[in-house]
Amino acid sequence: MRRFAFVVRGVAWRSIHNTIVSPSIIIPSIVFPLFFFAAFAGGLSKIAQVPNFDYKPGYTAFQFTFVFLQSAAFGGVFTGFAVARDFDSGFARRLLLSAPARGGIIVGYVIGALLRWGITGSVVTVVALASGMNVPAGPGDLFALLALGVLFNLVAALWAVGLAMFLRTEQAGAVIQMPVFVVLFLAPVYVPLHLLTGWVHSVARLNPATFALEAARGLLAGTPTDIALAFGLLGGSIVLWAAFARRGLRSAERAAG
Amino acid sequence: MGAEHASVLEQIGAIARRSIVRTFRQRGLLVFPLLFPLILFAINGSALSAATRIPGFPPVSYRAFALAVPFMQGALFVAVTAGVDLARDIETGFFNRLALTPLRGGALLLGQLGGAFVVACVQAVVYLVVGVASGVGIASGAGGALVLLALSTLIAFGFAGLGTLVALRFGNGEAVQAVFPLFFVSLFLSSMALPRNLIKTPWFHDVATYNPVSYLIEGVRSLIITGWDGQALALGFGFAAALAIISLGASSLAMRSRMART
Repeated sequence: MRRFAFVVRGVAWRSIHNTIVSPSIIIPSIVFPLFFFAAFAGGLSKIAQVPNFDYKPGYTAFQFTFVFLQSAAFGGVFTGFAVARDFDSGFARRLLLSAPARGGIIVGYVIGALLRWGITGSVVTVVALASGMNVPAGPGDLFALLALGVLFNLVAALWAVGLAMFLRTEQAGAVIQMPVFVVLFLAPVYVPLHLLTGWVHSVARLNPATFALEAARGLLAGTPTDIALAFGLLGGSIVLWAAFARRGLRSAERAAG
Repeated sequence: MGAEHASVLEQIGAIARRSIVRTFRQRGLLVFPLLFPLILFAINGSALSAATRIPGFPPVSYRAFALAVPFMQGALFVAVTAGVDLARDIETGFFNRLALTPLRGGALLLGQLGGAFVVACVQAVVYLVVGVASGVGIASGAGGALVLLALSTLIAFGFAGLGTLVALRFGNGEAVQAVFPLFFVSLFLSSMALPRNLIKTPWFHDVATYNPVSYLIEGVRSLIITGWDGQALALGFGFAAALAIISLGASSLAMRSRMART
């Protein structure tokens, strides 16, 4: 157990250290969510005037929840990029050879993703509050919203780290990122689910990200809805993608010889 | 024929042929820039359809309104492809070896953009075909569709000039990739998602008004949803031409300074 914790600590520390000291890594991680927030909350705010748009805290808060979860997801995705880069540079191979408990590598990277999101999520939240976002939620709701973000980050990180371990090249970046991007944008990003029409409505109704997003919006508005379902789905997803990441690690172990 | 005897056109042709062949050999560079804007178009075209119920929104489907966006996103990807390709030539030393030949800087620059130009043309045709196949009518008719292709190719060429400028100034692909988000910022802070008169947030409205990308999008969009709008087209072509002239002019200067260093 001590050896496992040693690997977790080392990988997590390296992951977050690399993030903080590399402007080329930390700046896009922070700028992208802010930029989506500015573009959506600023550029599309008139959408709140669409008949039957009924989100009480307003359009800024409506978009904040999306960007909050998106930043959580991309904290995981960017960590997947880092894993792929470690394989390209040869570091991951040396890590696999030297780590006394290899399962700790996955956990270390996932904790690194969480710490990375700690930075970006905080910046996004501060900017949203500074821009005058309404927050009717109570402390319990906000804590649950944070927990939802953490689970969302874990799901994305396990997916990205697992896939990076299967593919083991930086060129896999688009393959890691694209499904997350598509799943996120097939949720009710711009308007509530009941205002979506056509095929996007049909897909969004079944999209797990929709449940997380709707639950997050309910929590921020202080009117929690379908919380158990959202947490249950995210919990199930973590189990599924943890198994996937474990198989990715095995694949990398076999390739490392 | 030795390069010292080849005409400028032959020099451009030789470099362009290499650029085109190399671009088409890298399928990843072709498929992702082609698919990504189409995926966003498919999603946003439906997900934002509620926006058509905002009072004052043009009387067209949101899909028709949004069809201009893939052309712009495609142009941004072309910029990155052009820049990364040139940066790779600089990093591998191929550019230095070319600089030692009698090849002219202008020919090298235009030839390097050959691949980007072909990709821009292919992308524009694909976006137009997909748009029409998804039920979007082109208000300006078949002639307008041709003008649309010309405008979007000019826009892509202008952005490709920016990509090559970054590559020549910094000499590495990472710098080109790092500038890509800035290109995207310019797209998002424009009238991409809503007409400017419906952008409520004052600072966003001001940024979109001063952002030339708004006029590029509105030029393309006017052909799709309005018909022949002289002002929108003049602004669209004007800004696209200015972008191409400025970016290629600056690239040409950067090329001269890099070749002098060689």
